[in-house]
Amino acid sequence: MSLMTINLKVWRQKNTETPGKFEDYKLDGVSEHMSFLEMLDVLNENLIKEGKDPVEFDYDCREGICGSCNMVINGRAHGPKHKTAACQLHMRTYNDGDTIVIEPPRAAAFPIIKDLVVDRSAFDRIIEAGGYISVKTGAAPEANLIPVPQDTSNEAFDYATCIGCGGCVAACPNSSAALFTGAKIAHLNSLPQGQPERDKRTVAMVDQMAKEGFGDCSNYAECEAVCPVGISISSIAAMRRDYIKAIF
Amino acid sequence: MPSLIEAFQSQVGRKVLTGLTGFLLVFFIIFHLAGNLAIFGEPDAMNSYSQFLHDLGPLLWVARIGLLLIFVIHAYIGISIWINKRKARPQQYKVYSSKGGPSRQGLSSRSMAFTGVVLLIFVVAHINTFALGDMDTVLIDGRETHDVKTLVLDTFQNPIYAFGYTIVMILLGAHLGHGIWSAFTSLTLRSKKASATIYTIGVVVAVLLAVGFLFIPLYIYFGGGCDAALIHCN
Repeated sequence: MSLMTINLKVWRQKNTETPGKFEDYKLDGVSEHMSFLEMLDVLNENLIKEGKDPVEFDYDCREGICGSCNMVINGRAHGPKHKTAACQLHMRTYNDGDTIVIEPPRAAAFPIIKDLVVDRSAFDRIIEAGGYISVKTGAAPEANLIPVPQDTSNEAFDYATCIGCGGCVAACPNSSAALFTGAKIAHLNSLPQGQPERDKRTVAMVDQMAKEGFGDCSNYAECEAVCPVGISISSIAAMRRDYIKAIF
Repeated sequence: MPSLIEAFQSQVGRKVLTGLTGFLLVFFIIFHLAGNLAIFGEPDAMNSYSQFLHDLGPLLWVARIGLLLIFVIHAYIGISIWINKRKARPQQYKVYSSKGGPSRQGLSSRSMAFTGVVLLIFVVAHINTFALGDMDTVLIDGRETHDVKTLVLDTFQNPIYAFGYTIVMILLGAHLGHGIWSAFTSLTLRSKKASATIYTIGVVVAVLLAVGFLFIPLYIYFGGGCDAALIHCN
């Protein structure tokens, strides 16, 4: 097992109001088997031992499922690997002596709370605007009561895999949330259960996306490249199609 | 439901309008290039074409106003998207790079605002030079008409015009390299396979258009106007 020395340049910011700056850290004894977040754990242990403030970063499952760990590593959301969340990135990707720059996702709609942690509740408000279906609660209906063609089911599931990490916003040169919003709209709009509220949902979610201060989509497709679950920009085209259908 | 006016101000509506107006502008420049190529035809071909357009009378004005409207909408939305982008990310990244793979980020897509603004300024200068410029008249079918051909041949003897136009046409190619595919995507192209094909076709069309346009000033400059082999003067 080879151990590496890694140089880190980490964005440190006390709170939303205080301007932040980069701090340099040198970390010895980094194992190639460590995940990226475990490497940050080691950094934080060292900082705590030195009596300094640890670097705040978001994580939950560390299994690539929850999407909490979105951070911008050397200029790329979730690091250099495709379809890989930051927590699933391993230090074997790097070489001894490498310098890694870590920044929070930067967008006006994602205010920085502290260091690498941003407030992503703008996404919650887009969901609240229409990312749901209205059903009568009570006993669960028979699962096969509403037939769904296999192709439709597969397509809806592809869009439903969005974990809301915000990597798309972080990577988009325009800070657009079109991939997230498109995936949520395309997921529900492609299923029979989503039809009654389809038009209302599409318009409301598109409006909320703009209200939150995200930029316009310019079809860079960088969002698809960084998406840890590989959601296609065809979801954005589907959102546009449904929007046009809704207003005519 | 929002009204049509409101809908076209939404982020989706703006993008659909950009794509739609972009398409119409691409059709326009294809016709424009066809007109330009008349310079290689019979001695009177270009001026006859100019006379034909002027003979359209009120229809020509409808086309001009329509074109201006399309151009203004396209430019206005493009500039407002750029302004919005500055607002949406007040603090830039220290390090930023594309992840490659399915990303369409590159020189062409990242410079849309720049190439667009250059084209906007260019169009104003271009109309001033060739539509409003001082022209002699010639007789075509016994009627007096503007001698556009001589104006074109004279203008591109000037290296500033010849090379200036060449540079702008390269930028036009760069704008269309991303623009043609982007317009399809904005107008709801969803298939991944078709998307890849259309991207390639878009780049080829962009290169062909740029080369078609920039060939003329360079050929006139280096060929010496009426002395050039492919240009026939009276």
